[in-house]
Amino acid sequence: MSTDNEDDFEPIQVFPEGDADLRPGADSCYKCSTCDSSCPVAEVDDEFPGPKFQGPEQWRLTRKEDQEIDDSIMKCSNCMRCDGACPSDVPLSQMHNTARAQYVEESMSKLSVEYWRNRLLANYGTMARFGSMFPRLTNAVMGNSLVQAVNDQFLGITSEREFPAFATETFREWWAARGGAAVKSEDRRVAYFHGDYANYNTPEVGKAMVRVFEHFGYEVAVPEQRCSGTPMFANGMLDDARRAARFNVETFADLVDDGYDVVCSCTSCSMALRQEYPELFDFADTERVSAHTYDAVEYLRIHEDLDGELAAVDDVDAPDFAYHAPCHARNQGLDGQTTAVLSNLDDVDAHDVGESCSGISGTYGWKSENYDTSMAIGEEMFEHMDEAEPETGLTECPTCAMQMEHGSGSPVKHTLQVIEAALTDRSLPA
Amino acid sequence: MIATEVLVVGGGLAGSVAALSAAREGARVTLVSKSESTLKQASGLVDVLGRVDGDLVADPFAAIDDLPDEHPYSVVGTDALREGLALFDDVTGDRYRGGDRNALVPTTQGTVKPTLRYPASVAPGVAGDGRETLLVGISTDPDFDAKRAAESLDATVPGDVRGVTVRFPRLRDDAKRTRHAKLLAEDEAFRDALVEKIAPKVEGADRVGFPAVFGEDPAFVRDELEARFDAAGEPVSVFEVPTGPPSIPGTRLRNLLRHELEAAGVELVTGVPVVDFEADGERVESVVVDRNGARVPYAPEQVVLATGGLVGEGIDSERDRVYEPVFDLHVPHPEDRYDWSEEPAFGEHAFARFGVRIDADGRALDAEGSVAYENLRAAGAVVGGADTAMQKAASGVSLATGWRAGTRAATAVNQT
Ligand SMILES: Cc1cc2nc3c(=O)[nH]c(=O)nc-3n(C[C@H](O)[C@H](O)[C@H](O)COP(=O)(O)OP(=O)(O)OC[C@H]3O[C@@H](n4cnc5c(N)ncnc54)[C@H](O)[C@@H]3O)c2cc1C
Ligand code: SF4
Ligand code: SF4
Repeated sequence: MSTDNEDDFEPIQVFPEGDADLRPGADSCYKCSTCDSSCPVAEVDDEFPGPKFQGPEQWRLTRKEDQEIDDSIMKCSNCMRCDGACPSDVPLSQMHNTARAQYVEESMSKLSVEYWRNRLLANYGTMARFGSMFPRLTNAVMGNSLVQAVNDQFLGITSEREFPAFATETFREWWAARGGAAVKSEDRRVAYFHGDYANYNTPEVGKAMVRVFEHFGYEVAVPEQRCSGTPMFANGMLDDARRAARFNVETFADLVDDGYDVVCSCTSCSMALRQEYPELFDFADTERVSAHTYDAVEYLRIHEDLDGELAAVDDVDAPDFAYHAPCHARNQGLDGQTTAVLSNLDDVDAHDVGESCSGISGTYGWKSENYDTSMAIGEEMFEHMDEAEPETGLTECPTCAMQMEHGSGSPVKHTLQVIEAALTDRSLPA
Repeated sequence: MIATEVLVVGGGLAGSVAALSAAREGARVTLVSKSESTLKQASGLVDVLGRVDGDLVADPFAAIDDLPDEHPYSVVGTDALREGLALFDDVTGDRYRGGDRNALVPTTQGTVKPTLRYPASVAPGVAGDGRETLLVGISTDPDFDAKRAAESLDATVPGDVRGVTVRFPRLRDDAKRTRHAKLLAEDEAFRDALVEKIAPKVEGADRVGFPAVFGEDPAFVRDELEARFDAAGEPVSVFEVPTGPPSIPGTRLRNLLRHELEAAGVELVTGVPVVDFEADGERVESVVVDRNGARVPYAPEQVVLATGGLVGEGIDSERDRVYEPVFDLHVPHPEDRYDWSEEPAFGEHAFARFGVRIDADGRALDAEGSVAYENLRAAGAVVGGADTAMQKAASGVSLATGWRAGTRAATAVNQT
């Protein structure tokens, strides 16, 4: 892990005024416990004291001397449901992110297997960069049951799950090979934040995003970028996240200056750029990039007549879908979007499988010690998928998609792929 | 801009009813809600009119005639309340009970509350029939002191009331109510162990009341527990006592409404607030939603404001002014803030009646009493003119005004 000096920092310095920032949030908690009743982990895990404790209560406790952050903070999956639940605007996930960083900094041994396992999972992009250089080899090795058993035993990465396969051609390789943007425009410009997953694992989602936007006459830019930071926030690796965030903010701020808006195809990525960056960091252009970042489908709804174009399509080569709205989509008010948009297509039905959290929450469900909890949380979603007629799943979050496939055995697609199929006359890739 | 026909702002009882009634009239509806509605905290009871001038009301519909002209019921009319209730009954089906007269439902505080609709799981506990009652508290739940509640009920209702407190098996000290609910619903051994603990204490009581932790399907849990009491030789009816927040019955009602909204094709946008709007003087032209930093504009034909009262953040106040934060609608209040409240806690507080004023069509009014914007209606606790907490009328006002606003908004859409 490279650490150039200027980036070294203590998590507590995230806020220039020390920790004063969180006091108003802690003070406005009136202990109604609505957040606790919305927490998917607290519902299934006896050991987890819930968001109210992790947030305002623990914050107050740790103001007193000699009080360390409780290790239960590592059981929070960063689904951010509690944020949307609180009627009093307490910034719960911000409090959890800071507490987690403080816990990792002060209480977790940097020599422990857990620390390095978390760091490995959090820096998925680094792993993926090497893995995708030899995708077939890596896929074969990672799919090997011996390797999986070793991972489980010595690293605490569950052998119950199959590693997502690396694509034989990354999205960026595809993009370079086609010669970049196929459409030029002065006034319709978007910069695509694809994140690691669409790049290394599901380039077809990135391609769908490009083709749909080009269909509407957009010039698409695909700048250099790093991981959004979501898995790092969730593992308390705030200094890793900070490095990645700064790089992304600087890159995308330049594009915003040139008239681009930022669009994401992953709801955790848009969540990171819109909410977590401004909450946790204060680089010069953080707020500006946040204000110019959109979910890709949301962006088309604002600026184009997406509904009208879809309604005019009369033959789509796509099945019906069992749709799951990721927690991070809910938190951005995108929960009803996919079903509303796809309802314009006569041939396709996207049936919502309910409000339950999928349970995997990024790296959370990959840890051996969380696997059972993760599956217990997801159970309701699996049941609803079973009851739903459609055989194919649909969601915007790559890890939710893994969990859906894992728990139901059904293939899972991304909303942009369905829109691509409808607008550009392609069939959905298998 | 994102086009929609009816945009409802606020996802509480009022907003849900408005959205649902508009969708059922055929309008394309989007519902934007900043956070969870207060239903997750509310008892799950539907109070329509429980007290007028401090007196208990038996027949709310008869008592409505005695309300002042500015009361929301007087403004939108009894028929709106009847229609709102009919919609509620249709959504809840056999999950709720109640007719045209108030029932007295025991609370965890040991009082009885006059209410018109109550969950079916609460029904066997309704006070007044003189049956002997055992209340069961959970030792780790400080909000329900079963012995104290029983003592106080015993003094006021016909029939003996006793209370016991038990430790629920296999639970950490600060386990959440949702955790209790999950175990009761899913874990047979847990139910066995629980009834084994309580059965010896029944001693011939006719019914046993638990705090409301029976989960998503309370009928199932009640059946299961009753069968076990039966087997233990203590046949009883089992019921739930509505709790303070967080409330499982309130959450159930919220879930029911949400499913119904989804089934009606309402697009749900949750976790984000409406922060701004544009108007051309007569009409609201666009409404801006802040999605975690990005401003997303909507272009609705009709808007319903249902952002709640002082609790739901629909009405805000500063030292010298009371205001409605989204559209800056007129909120009548005394000039001098010392007149906002009265000395006694249960006095005639002006603040309790703070809120936007509406016309019979549900449209928000300006300071002169004229329609503020022809396509903007208001519903629920954001509407002022009544102390609904004191009158035990909060949910009824949400049903009546929500139904009125939703159906009128849909009519306006259908006319264009
Ligand atoms: C603790 C408690 C107990 C209660 N108990 C009972 C009871 O026993 N019986 C009874 O009849 N009633 C009870 N009520 C009242 C009842 O539950 C409702 O609060 C009442 O009907 C008002 O509903 P509402 O929809 O107008 O407002 P609320 O339920 O307050 O909903 C307002 C909604 O608007 C949203 N919102 C606010 N500002 C914005 C914005 N700018 N943009 C988008 N969304 C916004 C909020 O997030 C919320 O979802 C209780 C309420 C509380 C708080
Ligand atoms: S929901 Fe908000 S106000 Fe209620 S307990 Fe949780 S943090 Fe506190
Ligand atoms: S982020 Fe999710 S898991 Fe963590 S406390 Fe909040 S609701 Fe629970």
